[in-house]
Amino acid sequence: MSKLVALCPECEAEIDLQNRLVGEIVYCPDCNAELEVTNLEQPAVALAPRVEEDWGE
Amino acid sequence: MRLAILTSRIRVEEKLLIEAMRQRNIAFDLLNDGELLLDLARPDERWRSYDAVLCRSVSQSHGLAVAQVLESWGVHVFNRPATTAMCNDKLQTTLALLRAGIPTPRTLLACSAESALRGIEALGYPAVIKPTTGSWGRLLARVNDRDAAEAVLEHRETLGSYQHHLHYIQEYIQKQQRDIRAFVVGEHTICAIYRTSEHWITNTARGAQASNCPVTPELDALCVRAAQAVGGGILAIDLLEDEERGLLVNEINATMEFRNSIAPTGVDIPGAMLDYIEQCVLQGAER
Repeated sequence: MSKLVALCPECEAEIDLQNRLVGEIVYCPDCNAELEVTNLEQPAVALAPRVEEDWGE
Repeated sequence: MRLAILTSRIRVEEKLLIEAMRQRNIAFDLLNDGELLLDLARPDERWRSYDAVLCRSVSQSHGLAVAQVLESWGVHVFNRPATTAMCNDKLQTTLALLRAGIPTPRTLLACSAESALRGIEALGYPAVIKPTTGSWGRLLARVNDRDAAEAVLEHRETLGSYQHHLHYIQEYIQKQQRDIRAFVVGEHTICAIYRTSEHWITNTARGAQASNCPVTPELDALCVRAAQAVGGGILAIDLLEDEERGLLVNEINATMEFRNSIAPTGVDIPGAMLDYIEQCVLQGAER
């Protein structure tokens, strides 16, 4: 089985996506960038969007 | 029961709900609001295959808009969009609380900086200026004197969008470094926490510590009334303790965050949310 790993778009470190869900936020272990899991079938992450003014409860 | 959870991010709360749904063998789909395209006059039949949709979008405006469309298509949405709209807007929440005779901090509304300053001076210092929308304690300002009030109002009028040109001003309640967050599900206050912080803003999103707050009959009754004032459902009620007037309802949250409240209270909040939704779905099916 292939590893569920994506590359950090900031520093290209490997991000382990095992047991993660699309839409979840993870942090790069190397550069600490805040990343959003965008795909698990073709493992991918993107820089998480900045908090918008209307975010919250 | 078959549920759809409308999300934009999978936060700790959504993971807890997913776990609780799996434990209950509830069939569910996670739907990302960012991927939706809704043809308003042509309801997508997929939505009608769900018994209910639980709105958990992190964006208040996106979540509300999608919920409004789904409800117009006859989909059962939690919370009801009218309730969410009221809770998303602090002015509407305050008006609903006042209509229901629920104690709340004195609040003034002004449409210009000059009138706002007049209101702040009438309330006395310190006073609190809030945006009518927003969350997590952002852009709240406690103004301790006229200089600070003038500066904040000028910044709001100059740098803010038009929403910030409406000035929602509240008396400052001298609290003992804490407030209360109570969770209402249906007709019950299932648990509550104290949110304690050295900062005057006591949101857990801003680092306040959560500890158990006993749900007294008084707290339960007030919170259930407050929830009903905005239409009821699954709601988090924020209260302040005033030495003379007792409990004051400050705000109500329609897409509540609860990750920090399960451990101190020992209450299975996501489980209670799902049980309530299931109960509503069953009652709806019986009708």
